[in-house]
Amino acid sequence: MSEQTTHTEHEHHITSPVVYIVILFSLLVGTALTVWASFIDLGPWNPVIALAIATSKAMLVVLFFMGVKYSTKLTKLTVIAGIFIFLALIGMTLSDYMSRAWGRW
Amino acid sequence: MSDSPAVTHGAVAEAGDPHHGEHPSYQRHHFETVGQQADATNFAMWLFLLTEVMFFGGLFTAYLIYRNWYYPAFVVSSHQLDVRWGTLNTLVLILSSFTMAMGVWCSETRRKNGLTICLSLTFILGMCFLGIKTIEYHEKWEKHHIPGLHYSIQSFLDPAHDESASQYGDKPLALDMARHTELYFFLYFAMTGMHALHMIIGIAILGYMIFRARSGAYTNGHVTFVENFGLYWHFVDIVWIYLFALLYLISRHQ
Amino acid sequence: MSSTIISLPDQSTARVPKVNFLTKENGLLSWLLTGDHKRIAILYLISITFFFFIGGALAGLIRLELLTPQSDLMATDTYNKVFTMHGVVMIFLFLVPSVPATLGNFFIPMMIGAKDLALPKINLLSWYLYVVGGILVIYTMAAGGVDTGWTFTTPLSTHYINTNVMSTGMAVFIAGFSSIFTGLNFIVTLHKMRCPGMTWFRLPLFCWAHYAASILMVLGTPVLAIAVVLLALERTVGIGVFDPTKGGDPLLFQHLFWFYSHPAVYIMILPGMGVISETISTFSRKRVFGYTAVAFSSVAIAVFGFFVWAHHMFIMGISNYAVLVFSLLTMLVAVPSAIKIFNWTFTLYKGSITFETPMLYSFGFMGLFTIGGLTGVFLGTAGTDIHLTETYFIVAHFHFVMVGGMLMAFLAGIHFWWPKMTGRMYPEKISQLAAVVTFIGFNFTFFPQFILGMLGMPRRYAAYPQEFQVLNVFSTAGATILGVGYLLPVLYLTWSLKYGAIAGNNPWQATGLEWQTQSPPLTENFLVTPIMDHEAYDYEWLEQQQAKEVASVG
Repeated sequence: MSEQTTHTEHEHHITSPVVYIVILFSLLVGTALTVWASFIDLGPWNPVIALAIATSKAMLVVLFFMGVKYSTKLTKLTVIAGIFIFLALIGMTLSDYMSRAWGRW
Repeated sequence: MSDSPAVTHGAVAEAGDPHHGEHPSYQRHHFETVGQQADATNFAMWLFLLTEVMFFGGLFTAYLIYRNWYYPAFVVSSHQLDVRWGTLNTLVLILSSFTMAMGVWCSETRRKNGLTICLSLTFILGMCFLGIKTIEYHEKWEKHHIPGLHYSIQSFLDPAHDESASQYGDKPLALDMARHTELYFFLYFAMTGMHALHMIIGIAILGYMIFRARSGAYTNGHVTFVENFGLYWHFVDIVWIYLFALLYLISRHQ
Repeated sequence: MSSTIISLPDQSTARVPKVNFLTKENGLLSWLLTGDHKRIAILYLISITFFFFIGGALAGLIRLELLTPQSDLMATDTYNKVFTMHGVVMIFLFLVPSVPATLGNFFIPMMIGAKDLALPKINLLSWYLYVVGGILVIYTMAAGGVDTGWTFTTPLSTHYINTNVMSTGMAVFIAGFSSIFTGLNFIVTLHKMRCPGMTWFRLPLFCWAHYAASILMVLGTPVLAIAVVLLALERTVGIGVFDPTKGGDPLLFQHLFWFYSHPAVYIMILPGMGVISETISTFSRKRVFGYTAVAFSSVAIAVFGFFVWAHHMFIMGISNYAVLVFSLLTMLVAVPSAIKIFNWTFTLYKGSITFETPMLYSFGFMGLFTIGGLTGVFLGTAGTDIHLTETYFIVAHFHFVMVGGMLMAFLAGIHFWWPKMTGRMYPEKISQLAAVVTFIGFNFTFFPQFILGMLGMPRRYAAYPQEFQVLNVFSTAGATILGVGYLLPVLYLTWSLKYGAIAGNNPWQATGLEWQTQSPPLTENFLVTPIMDHEAYDYEWLEQQQAKEVASVG
């Protein structure tokens, strides 16, 4: 790793306001899209689309507003670890629920 | 008494004298360089956000189970939330994330007035969010939709006489399914309430930051405080993005 | 060949260094507002010892009650409160912070050549949160206790109990944040504060173990926090989240609770394993066998530990599919722990073994943890678990790993680093005696409990059938011996503060940067930032150092 001798600090990338404005508009468009989609009957795809749009918005915030796109590998790994363990909690708990009396009371 | 030979031929370059005036005033003594301090505190904030993710994770787990078990109750209950307020709140928060990001940019490029303006805008938008939330909560209180506080399932047994429900053409629910709407509202209050608590803490810190920013504390190279707070603020925004989709937009079609 | 490796300076001329972290500043506020990780470690040491003896007294009450088959010493409700408080105090106020908050806080910065942890103020906050949690537990005990068991099983704790669940829940919530902040601090420190030359694979294995435990603390504890919040809301407001009459599921609480509480057992044991790596190496004068395997097995335990929690719920109503999956995964998690035991054993092989007190505790650890761990496999196997769960077999299993394992490792660590922390040696003979007494007492106390469990004696019962009495009497007798074994260190360690031999820098001739400084250390640990130019556990390097050192003046 880069901490072999003295600490070689990470190059501090300064994101330009133009990027921020683009992301802002993308988020606003995404919001409009998700509200619009909820008014249409897409059957089982409604929650999928809602979550997909929400996740895309979240990713834009994480990558650009929070600067993860230009961050160290450690930061990226930390974000991924958090998502992973979050999904493990939900996924493994749900696996128990899905394999037994589904909402029978 | 002192360190043995192996350790003394160490880096005398910067670490030896704790009183040398070379490092900036905002560098703490246990750090070798400002960069190390910035890296360390940034990483610490990310780890703290991970704990927040896991904290909300329990609530999301509960939500996923109960939404799937009691889907009709959840659909009908979510119609009780005004999608206009919810959308407006989402727009407010997204805008506040933008102003916060701009604030970080101002701090990085040493624009003191710009930073103060951006932080103030973020503060105001945060307050708007809380104001709208108060209106929504009050509405729930009026309609007896707060679990544990004289919770009433009347709106779900007789939707024709409830303006929010009739707007979506909701059918009356069976008695047991109507009772399960209380679970939706518990999740609504628990999740948005927890979120609002984080907003309040954020706004309080913003107030402190605006005060400090005006005296130039964050435009002299010391970016980390603003940057790390920005991470926290964006995280709170991301939580709302999911809450909006999961609580307000379950199904707005017939 | 000498039978001890202790190497002390000439006692007639040696003195404890005048300037050290203890003498640097005086006054109560200099301790209560300190940022020095070493002072915070001492604050923690005093607090956890205090709570350990409270938990121990509660254990004494349990064993006294169980001398006779009837519930005659106390009412059954009271007995429920006693074992609940014993669990809460021992787990949250002793075991979880034991090694990390004391030895970890003290030595991680020194082992990596840093001046302090990354976030000293957060470190102090962590201690205050611990104290508040502890005060709330004491309040709970004074207000009549809580009797749900430390596991707060729903729906008992939400709907059928009117004892102090709320205050206990609050205490656990606050103490949980203490743990989170400690773990957070360690992770940042280990990533960002290592001195030049200190690569990840030159770190002492003590640091690797704490790194793994810290990941668990940071990612697992928040789920306990939300579980407790939901429990509180259910009890006060009646939101229905765990209430079947409102459509909720009591098992959801248990999923969230055990999602933390299983990793919690690894939070408790991993730092102890870190201590054992250090002591086994030092007292066999040999580098730890398979450094990489031990380092990675720590992380593996942490990762796998997240995926096995429902093995605490096999009989609670989870699906058969979940039972199968979690049982399989539990088999996996046993493997890295076994790897460590093998590696420590291979470290001992052909080493120059001496039997100082830390080594005695380490041997105790290896034997007792192995037994405890193996019995864990019986419990992880769903078929046998159905018979053994909620019996004394479980009680014996976790006491073997936690008391026979973790507590012994804690004592090994305290004895090992006592000279460094205080500048004084403790009296060797009595400390060895205490270690042996502890080992004997432990086995008498807890081995019969395996048999009791197999025979079917349930846990958490004040009264039991007559045929179990003999083994219970054995167990209580052992507990008395064990109590003596734990009391002795308090006495002689306190004595050593004033009358112990002067330790000097490196009485054990151990490797590790912390042994290259004075005892007790300076506040800033090192006068100059060290440069790490050798591998971990490098005894040849140590020999060269000692050859270069000036042994006497003139």
